[in-house]
Amino acid sequence: MSTEIQNLKTFDPFAEADEDTGETKKQEQSYIHIRIQQRNGRKTLTTVQGIPTKFDQKKILKVIKKKFACNGTIVNDEKMGEVIQLQGDQRKDVEKFLIDKDEGLDIDAKTIKVHGF
Amino acid sequence: MAEVQAPDKPRKSVSFDPSATVVDEFGEVEEVTNGHANAEKDTAESHSAPGDKEVEEVTDSFKDLMKKKKKKSKTPKEGEDGEAPAADGEFDPSMLKKKKKKKTKTVEEEKEDFEAKLAEAGAVEKEDGEEDEEDGANDEEAIADEGDWESGTGIWGHDSTAPIPYTSLLHRFFEQLHKQHPDLAGLGSKSYKIPPPQCLREGNKKTIFANIAEICKRMKRTDEHVTQFLFAELGTSGSVDGSRRLVIKGRFQQKQIENILRRYIVEYVTCKTCRSPDTELSKGENRLYFVTCNSCGSRRSVQAIKTGFSAQVGKRKRQQG
Repeated sequence: MSTEIQNLKTFDPFAEADEDTGETKKQEQSYIHIRIQQRNGRKTLTTVQGIPTKFDQKKILKVIKKKFACNGTIVNDEKMGEVIQLQGDQRKDVEKFLIDKDEGLDIDAKTIKVHGF
Repeated sequence: MAEVQAPDKPRKSVSFDPSATVVDEFGEVEEVTNGHANAEKDTAESHSAPGDKEVEEVTDSFKDLMKKKKKKSKTPKEGEDGEAPAADGEFDPSMLKKKKKKKTKTVEEEKEDFEAKLAEAGAVEKEDGEEDEEDGANDEEAIADEGDWESGTGIWGHDSTAPIPYTSLLHRFFEQLHKQHPDLAGLGSKSYKIPPPQCLREGNKKTIFANIAEICKRMKRTDEHVTQFLFAELGTSGSVDGSRRLVIKGRFQQKQIENILRRYIVEYVTCKTCRSPDTELSKGENRLYFVTCNSCGSRRSVQAIKTGFSAQVGKRKRQQG
């Protein structure tokens, strides 16, 4: 019973109502967002946002860069925290990598949200 | 840069989406409409695609119902099995039959009398030949003749001891469903169709989403909300032009817009309880959005649309220091 109440407390639905646009994604590190952005021509950019802090972003990036044969960088955004930016459409690869138990991060697939077309 | 590579363009734009849409970079209006007409077929199909999944879910949930039904209809049956041969079969079974009917379906009240009579007739016939093991024959009969359960003959007879195969029960269920609640039994997404989005290319780097107003009207959502969602998902920005068309920065194809619209519908339009698209989005107290279903009355909160991180693309114009 008491745990239930605590659970309720950690997820505060009104927290983001206090701020106007609800940019308080950080309050619960629940979702990992994988997004795609169009660049010029047929080029695209993949951004991975919200990887749990227990993982070392640098190491992840290194592995990903090697594995997917793309370049990438870590962008430190003041709102969104650290975001991994990769060249090209790596959404599927990244998703697989995050879920993968042996070689990846073994993250629950439900916490990953893939955006874009 | 982009202008220089003009000859490559059509291939390029296609490569975003392997399925070739005919909308061409330099597409005249006719070409565009042609492509659109072609794509329309795809759209109709693909619109039903998520529906299928939903339908599956629905059928799954119906299966559970089915099982319950089966159990319910079985219990009085077992009682009958004991009674019917002992008591005189004319009066008792029909009463039981009525009871059973009421348990399984409540809607069919007027038909019931008629059916009960029919069943009685069937029962009378049955009792004549009750002893000589007609179970197997009835089994086949039931499979061959689908209308059997309606008259309550064969294995559907109230005093029949033959086990009713699951498939025929299922069949019976769907037939009843079709008869009494055609809207429920309909193929899910059938009732819900939105016009396919019309995408035109403006210049080289912009896409015009022409019929957003119509689509929003159909979904009963504000243009702004849909626009916001589109921009958040596509990771771009845009504007609305004079005739309420949406101008999106970047090159997008109809299929891609469609995909996003579909996601929008799943998240913000369909009722999670009854899957009806007849819902309304309202801003409740505390600036939370709620979706209220018009057909089942359920109300659920939906997340506000968040634009995530968007990287700096193109010129570094806004960089200071």
